[in-house]
Amino acid sequence: MSWHFDNGRPIYTQLLERVRFLIISGQYPPGSKLPSVRDLASEASVNPNTMQRALAELERSRLICSHRTTGRFVTEDEEMIHEMKESMGREKILTFFHEMKQMGYDRDQTTALIEKILKEKTI
Amino acid sequence: MNRILEYSHVTKQFGSLCALQDVSLTVEPGHIVGLLGPNGSGKTTLLKIASGLLVPTSGTVSICGLPVGPESKSRISYLPDKNYLSDWMKVSQIIDLFHDFYLNFDRNKAYEMLQRLDISPKQKLKTLSKGTREKVQLILVMSRNADLYLLDEPIGGVDPAARDYILQTILTNYNEHGSILISTHLISDVEQVLDQVIFLKNGVISLQSSVDDIRAQYEKSVDELFREVFQC
Repeated sequence: MSWHFDNGRPIYTQLLERVRFLIISGQYPPGSKLPSVRDLASEASVNPNTMQRALAELERSRLICSHRTTGRFVTEDEEMIHEMKESMGREKILTFFHEMKQMGYDRDQTTALIEKILKEKTI
Repeated sequence: MNRILEYSHVTKQFGSLCALQDVSLTVEPGHIVGLLGPNGSGKTTLLKIASGLLVPTSGTVSICGLPVGPESKSRISYLPDKNYLSDWMKVSQIIDLFHDFYLNFDRNKAYEMLQRLDISPKQKLKTLSKGTREKVQLILVMSRNADLYLLDEPIGGVDPAARDYILQTILTNYNEHGSILISTHLISDVEQVLDQVIFLKNGVISLQSSVDDIRAQYEKSVDELFREVFQC
């Protein structure tokens, strides 16, 4: 069914993040054609105008580009996608370290714990 | 003529009761606008004025640049808050009736939606449950190719699963240049399909903004803001 949205944050930002995630994770591969605004809006159960706004924002960041008659495509610039992926990963890890710190783990304790878990399990 | 609906300083009084006071608003083409307010705040009155069922005490309303009248009515598809269909009729007969009545009624669309919601056209209205009857009414209203849809509490009596389908129907079926003005209490259900919201409080517009502007400004969903503004 429809996508889930957090309260208190604009819906279009959340749509933008979601579509960006789908691109970074390869579900929309580089150079592939995106579904139409209407179809995407319908899939997410959101207003087409809101979806339009999110896609326009992604266009501005050049992650997607539109060809006047044929629709919207994911960029073919794989390096750009890779960079965006790394920056998202970086952000996740920083948040993680921050939360561990709040829990009382310093940097070394956190990495030690990570290594311990990696030895126990194959992730 | 780029505005679908425009209210200019509309006031409506019932005797000494002021139901709407100096209401001005515009609805742009292609927009879905939510009309939100507690019971008795004037939502139904506001919709009835645009549909021509009530005449404002003062002020003017125009639909696609036209005054309220026969021509504006042909462009509006209105879902009232009451059941006005005859009980003894079969669903298929009502569809025939609407087809005769409205030039812009799309019979195929109606049958398609009936099928999706598992409603048999052969059934008589009186044998249908309250929620199913509401669905039939909404199907009839959404099957017209109108410029403006006025929906008064369209999903109130409908179960959550059908609600999702109905919202989906509203999103995919309204024509792209048309607009929807929808009154409801079920804000969290409709929030993500709305472009704009209008808060109505005792007949006065207390807030008119886009959903994402509200979320950005107040860091709250529209539903949360509503509960705060109209706290009892």
